[in-house]
Amino acid sequence: MSASWQERGFGGKEVDLSFDLLINALIAGILLGGFYAAVTIGVSISFGILDIVNIAHPAFIILGSYIAYIVNARLGIDPIAISIIMLPVFYLLGAGIYQIYYESFERRGQEALRGLSFFFGLLFVTEVMLILVFGVDYRYVEAAYIGPSWRIGVVDLPLRMLVPCIAALVLFAALELYLSYTFIGRAIAAVAQDQLALRLMGASPIRIKRIAFGISIATAAVAGALLIIIQPVEPSVGREYIGRVFAICVLGGLGSLPGTVIGAMLLGIIESFTATFYGPSWAPAVAFGVLLLTLAFRPAGLLGR
Amino acid sequence: MILIAVAAVVFFGARLVSNDYVFFAGYTVLQFVVLATAWNILGGYTGYVNFGSAAFFALGAYATVFLHKSYPLPIPLLIVIGGIVSGIVGLGMGYLTLRLRGAFFAIATLALAVVLQTLVVNWDYVGGSRGAYIIRPNEIEFIGPYIQYLFLVMLALAVLALTIARGIERSQLGYGFATIRDDELAAEASGVPTLRLKLIATTLSGALMGMAGAPFPYYIGYLQPSSAFGLEYAVNSIAMPMIGGTTSWVGPLIGAILLGSLQQIATVTISSVVNLLIVGLLLVAFVIIAPNGIVGLVQGWTRGRAK
Repeated sequence: MSASWQERGFGGKEVDLSFDLLINALIAGILLGGFYAAVTIGVSISFGILDIVNIAHPAFIILGSYIAYIVNARLGIDPIAISIIMLPVFYLLGAGIYQIYYESFERRGQEALRGLSFFFGLLFVTEVMLILVFGVDYRYVEAAYIGPSWRIGVVDLPLRMLVPCIAALVLFAALELYLSYTFIGRAIAAVAQDQLALRLMGASPIRIKRIAFGISIATAAVAGALLIIIQPVEPSVGREYIGRVFAICVLGGLGSLPGTVIGAMLLGIIESFTATFYGPSWAPAVAFGVLLLTLAFRPAGLLGR
Repeated sequence: MILIAVAAVVFFGARLVSNDYVFFAGYTVLQFVVLATAWNILGGYTGYVNFGSAAFFALGAYATVFLHKSYPLPIPLLIVIGGIVSGIVGLGMGYLTLRLRGAFFAIATLALAVVLQTLVVNWDYVGGSRGAYIIRPNEIEFIGPYIQYLFLVMLALAVLALTIARGIERSQLGYGFATIRDDELAAEASGVPTLRLKLIATTLSGALMGMAGAPFPYYIGYLQPSSAFGLEYAVNSIAMPMIGGTTSWVGPLIGAILLGSLQQIATVTISSVVNLLIVGLLLVAFVIIAPNGIVGLVQGWTRGRAK
């Protein structure tokens, strides 16, 4: 299933030299890692900063993929452009979900059991609805950069991987700037540390959290468009990303966006090597191994507080 | 005791109907009773969410397939082995993640299902992605058709699970679990051995799920990774206790019987995808509107009338 991109990542050519193989696996891993960063950044905000365990995030990413697919198939617009148009819609969706979450669980102190079950239910309902509407066939998008790849020496740079990686890094840079230099951005960082101080500054923690959660869901629109560029998508693909996303989050250190990018790159590289030397069908297990090892040896993550 | 009596009535009642379909459908419902009760021992009593019910269930099922290929054993023995395997995995998972925040355990169980499925798909001995056939005998001595035997086995398991859950509730263990659910820090501070209690709960819960899975290959006859790891197990074993009520052993039982029967009807009359959608929507609706499930609603109603 998830194997398709890894196999095509090498352009289907026979690579004899093990050095070539190594360097290509490394490059493929970095490109893949960039994409993983886009997938994880939303969870890094919701889980890392806001302490909301949004396990439904991958479902919203798949939703983003399907929206990119529909619009692309009907109007032929570029998937990334579609996702940027969809940002406000996903933002409102996220803000609405946070409102329900806050009223029903956070305020009553029930986020542990019922809040988690709520997100699990959302994840499940979204997936089943997509199956009902679109079936379980793989869907894909059309764009000029999906076919060709650049070749620099022995290194293969498939544009299908390169474009999402660059888009992801742009997304990351924009968010990092927003969080560091705007009032609301700083307030989001503060909400995790001291809600009382935030209230004294004249900002409502609930409003700040609603904005932040909206942003975190909005990133799913972009991540979804990138996902369907990289690989064909069917409704249950999201499940493979749950383990990955949280593994990256924990590996990078909760609440640290730079940590998220580093963690994503690391996981991308490890998965790419696993796929090259042991076969692509083992890749989903890698994330889990990384998650368990991190939890066992360094629960704070690489750049954790 | 009462439970055993009820179970006997159920079995002989089902025999009177003498329609095999009743046993097929009943088996599934009972299987969900076991899964929901097992989930609730951890989720409802201690407040730790397990999203990997499908993984524990499949572990039991694949333990059976593995043994069936090497050395066939009678089903009760297979159940014990499936329970031990899943219990050990539950213990290991708990040991790695339960010392941290609760969310990590939930996430790890969610990922566990994906990983175990990857392992099974890559493991040819148990059938890999193609699946494995289990040929079951048609008849069995003293009881009759094989499906009735399977039904009886699952009925016994359901009684066992409910007895354990009920026993926990009335013992010191149950009070220990409740202190963890209500305020873990305070419990730890007043000397409750929280880690040990949580590990007991994960092991028990995992073991029961594995036991529910062990006879499954004989029931279905052809075991595929996608059917053993089916998402319906994960979602149902959460939805049933949540809808029934998580604080007592009656909740999961009610939830499982209601939702289980509803799904048996819906699968036949509508489609299995729609019926999963119904379960998902019910889960979301109940956690928002009726946080204590049907049991909570009934309690609130009777209390309201008493006033």
